[in-house]
Amino acid sequence: MGPLAPYEIISENTNFLLAFFIGIGFGWVLESSGFSSSRKLAGIFYGYDAVVLKVFFTGAITCMLGLLFMSLFGWVDLDLVYVNPTYLTSAIVGGVIMGAGFIMGGFCPGTSFCGAAIGKIDAMVFVAGLFLGVYGFAFTYGWWEKLYFAKYLGEPKVSEKLGMSDGLFGLFMIIAAIGMFAVAEWAEKKFPREEY
Amino acid sequence: MSNTTTNERSRRYLNPYLGGVLLGLVLLASNFISGRGLGASGAVKSVVATTIEAVDKDAVNTMPFMAEYAESHSGSPMRSWLVFEMLGVLVGGFLSGAIAGRLKLKVEHSPKITSKRRLIFALAGGTLFGLGSQLGRGCTSGSALSGMAVLSLGGFVTMMAIFGTAFALAYFFRRNWI
Repeated sequence: MGPLAPYEIISENTNFLLAFFIGIGFGWVLESSGFSSSRKLAGIFYGYDAVVLKVFFTGAITCMLGLLFMSLFGWVDLDLVYVNPTYLTSAIVGGVIMGAGFIMGGFCPGTSFCGAAIGKIDAMVFVAGLFLGVYGFAFTYGWWEKLYFAKYLGEPKVSEKLGMSDGLFGLFMIIAAIGMFAVAEWAEKKFPREEY
Repeated sequence: MSNTTTNERSRRYLNPYLGGVLLGLVLLASNFISGRGLGASGAVKSVVATTIEAVDKDAVNTMPFMAEYAESHSGSPMRSWLVFEMLGVLVGGFLSGAIAGRLKLKVEHSPKITSKRRLIFALAGGTLFGLGSQLGRGCTSGSALSGMAVLSLGGFVTMMAIFGTAFALAYFFRRNWI
């Protein structure tokens, strides 16, 4: 019965060791999918390479379906799986700031570590920026504090908010993803680029 | 000739849908084993908290954001799930790059811009991303990807805000990429 760590089936130290191996899998998949290249990542915003969209949504859907089935079979207790809390204002404002960082820097935090690991100097500089940004937030926390806690909604699932079951929402998500994949395949043919 | 070889190498990427399924399985394993999703920016926060504490122990207490974090992490802030996971990411990324022949020290940029311009934008982008990830309680990994997989409303909102903004601003930064 999972999840293993919250049920104390594995110790804290084992959990940390497994985190390291999970990280290896994460880094491996990101790098081998091309996420160590900022020019591949930025491709989604100009249509010439939609690898981000394909990997990101296939990944989210695979995990979502896995959790739904494991819960159905009684293998995992979803009540003990962490669901990110929703602070609506900071989720939007933080997301907008991150989006600006994405189009300027060409990486997100996870992918920049991957790029840095294979020697991309632009990724290393991006990582340096991350440290500055986190420090900057901590330093100016007073300015953000009100916004940081505004519009707290608890830990709602989007399916609850829409008044449908998790399974039905999952089905809609799969249909939406297939639609986006079709557009992505079309865009890659419409806006092709030389090898980069 | 050497150029062709480089191109052939860089093309040896996984099929993106296969990569997505594998990413989903890693994320699923993370949820099953540890009861939580993947993340990245949280590890940066741990390192920043540790650095501030090392430089000036009192400074942490004058910064409420960091003090609260240090309190919730008994012992060193480096003893955190995300720090171990991100060390793994560095190893996994390095191994994948080594096997595919992609290990190379270089500044990757469009031929239309200089390395210097690329690096300035990388620094600015990283700074914004770092700041935004603290405000948004997680980045593309921890908030958007992992949040979406557990159907968190906040995860979907953050995902749409990140990608929506990047699409909206793409026109203004097009010279950097196309």
